[in-house]
Amino acid sequence: MNAYGLLAEFKTAEELVAAARRARAAGYRRVEAYSPFPVEGLVEAVGDYKDRIPFITLIGGVVGGAGGYFMQWYSAVVAYPIDQGGRPYHSWPAFIPVTFELAVLGAALAAFIAMLALNGLPKLYHPLFNVPEFELASRSRFFLFLRYDERPQGMREFLTSLQPLCLTEVPR
Amino acid sequence: MAEQPSATTTTPAEVTLPPGYTYASITDKIANIVLTRRSRWPWYLTFGIALLWMLAFFLACGVLFLLGPGIWGIDIPVAWGFAIGNFVWWIGIGHAGTFISAILLLLRQKWRTSINRFAEAMTLFAAGIAGIFPILHLGRPWFFYWLVPYPNAMSLWPQWRSPLVWDFFAISTYLTVSLVFWYMGLIPDLATLRDRARTRTQQLVYGLFALGWRGEARHWARHQSAYLLMAGLATPLVVSVHSIVSLDFAIGNTPGYHSTIFPPYFVAGALFSGFAMVLTLAIPLRHFFGLHDLITLRHLENCAKVLLATSLFVTYGYLSETFMAYYSNDPFEIYMVENRMAGPYAPIYWALIACNVLAPQIVWWRAARRSVPVLFVLSLVVNMGMWMERFLIVVSSLHRDFLPSAWGMFIPTRWDWIHLLGSIGLFVVLFMLFVRFLPAISISEIREMLHEEKA
Repeated sequence: MNAYGLLAEFKTAEELVAAARRARAAGYRRVEAYSPFPVEGLVEAVGDYKDRIPFITLIGGVVGGAGGYFMQWYSAVVAYPIDQGGRPYHSWPAFIPVTFELAVLGAALAAFIAMLALNGLPKLYHPLFNVPEFELASRSRFFLFLRYDERPQGMREFLTSLQPLCLTEVPR
Repeated sequence: MAEQPSATTTTPAEVTLPPGYTYASITDKIANIVLTRRSRWPWYLTFGIALLWMLAFFLACGVLFLLGPGIWGIDIPVAWGFAIGNFVWWIGIGHAGTFISAILLLLRQKWRTSINRFAEAMTLFAAGIAGIFPILHLGRPWFFYWLVPYPNAMSLWPQWRSPLVWDFFAISTYLTVSLVFWYMGLIPDLATLRDRARTRTQQLVYGLFALGWRGEARHWARHQSAYLLMAGLATPLVVSVHSIVSLDFAIGNTPGYHSTIFPPYFVAGALFSGFAMVLTLAIPLRHFFGLHDLITLRHLENCAKVLLATSLFVTYGYLSETFMAYYSNDPFEIYMVENRMAGPYAPIYWALIACNVLAPQIVWWRAARRSVPVLFVLSLVVNMGMWMERFLIVVSSLHRDFLPSAWGMFIPTRWDWIHLLGSIGLFVVLFMLFVRFLPAISISEIREMLHEEKA
């Protein structure tokens, strides 16, 4: 089949959440919902989501902090020891500020990159951009999308039963 | 006491969002400022004047690179002059943006939504300009990359026990995190602009920067998760940055620098001057772009209250500094305080007390904090006062330290002034470009707030 899937347009966030729930209940696995702002309860309604960002952020912070501390220790003790007023080479209190800054830097970059990577961004072309109405997904309207990959038969009837504002076939 | 909606005190401008807006109309209102609105003469006039100052700044930098920092008034004993004062001032201004976008987000202060975007832009530009000054001040600015730990043929490493190295890491982390945080918040709005754009260039440019954002439910969930985490990271970061800036001074044993109150005192001063700058920018922004119903009197009033609170913190810092000098019984500390109040720089000290301690007290008076002209003038006064404070911290301690034979004076030259005013020009140019090319108010967050208010 040449088409990608079916896109149903809704007027309110509540209708979209209800529609996503019904699609899941009807047995569709890959339900995608598009909204112009984050809607509470929507991600639970579409399902199939696990928030891995906090863990990745933690890893980024630990790597940044530990790497930063190791860099200072290595340079001050091993690579380039300077006797500064008889202070120990491994003068750890003075290493705290840079360690902290690099931990924050590592965590922040990890959060940002993880957000993009897990979302599959950047992705400048997507079949949905072929649908003219989809422009409203970043403005005022709410969309439910089902792919033809699974059970294309009966999909149109199911989506029509949700009473969308309009129903569009998305070309690939 | 239960909150009563009484007609006498609650005007439509009081609420965070006025009724009557829909997702579509609010989106179009903010997006059209960028996409279709033509710039008018006030924009061109401000931009033109700022552009001239920016060019003067670049010219002054060229002269500086050619002739060295001797073109400034600095010498021994006052080797830190305007450049370091400007650095501390600008970085402090940046801090209010992070405070608004991160700390108020975590505290669920809804009113922050209309002002966080441009406050973050302010942070970015102010921190970027701040970062220029220490480099200009180096004497041999082309070697500034020696602060970066990189494998080099000289087998040299930075000195990790030096606050100047900490500072380098703090500022560069702060700039990077601010940029990423700001950009991450912008992505959904860039997608809105991409979809609303009608010219090919706009579609192409906004489309590229929107990275293909579609607003899928899982994407939003990850975006929100990462955004909240970044806010949580930015909160201690902003405190650490100005604390480390203050350690540039406090680690040295110069009288007036060597004080444990410096880190909190600097952070409070940073928020104080930053909120003043938010008011300085918000008032013309809402006036010229007709954003009165998004940036309401309530926003200005809340900023003014924060201004008053931070002014009291700063006042406590001034009192504590004076008290500690006498309490320490150290003759050099006592002399420094007395010299500050009655020495050659005394007029600046009393001017800053007037600007930072006395002037903000007007905010106690309700009519004053609801008067836009009063707030605008107050914000300029505070900006000036905080600049004088930074100047005085840098110069008054250095010019008379321990040995009278080593005393001296700092008198700014014309290049000092051009660098200061030119950096303001550069800031204004960046901000004017920002309001023309990017949405100054977060569209997706306003839509979300609209949804919550309807519910």
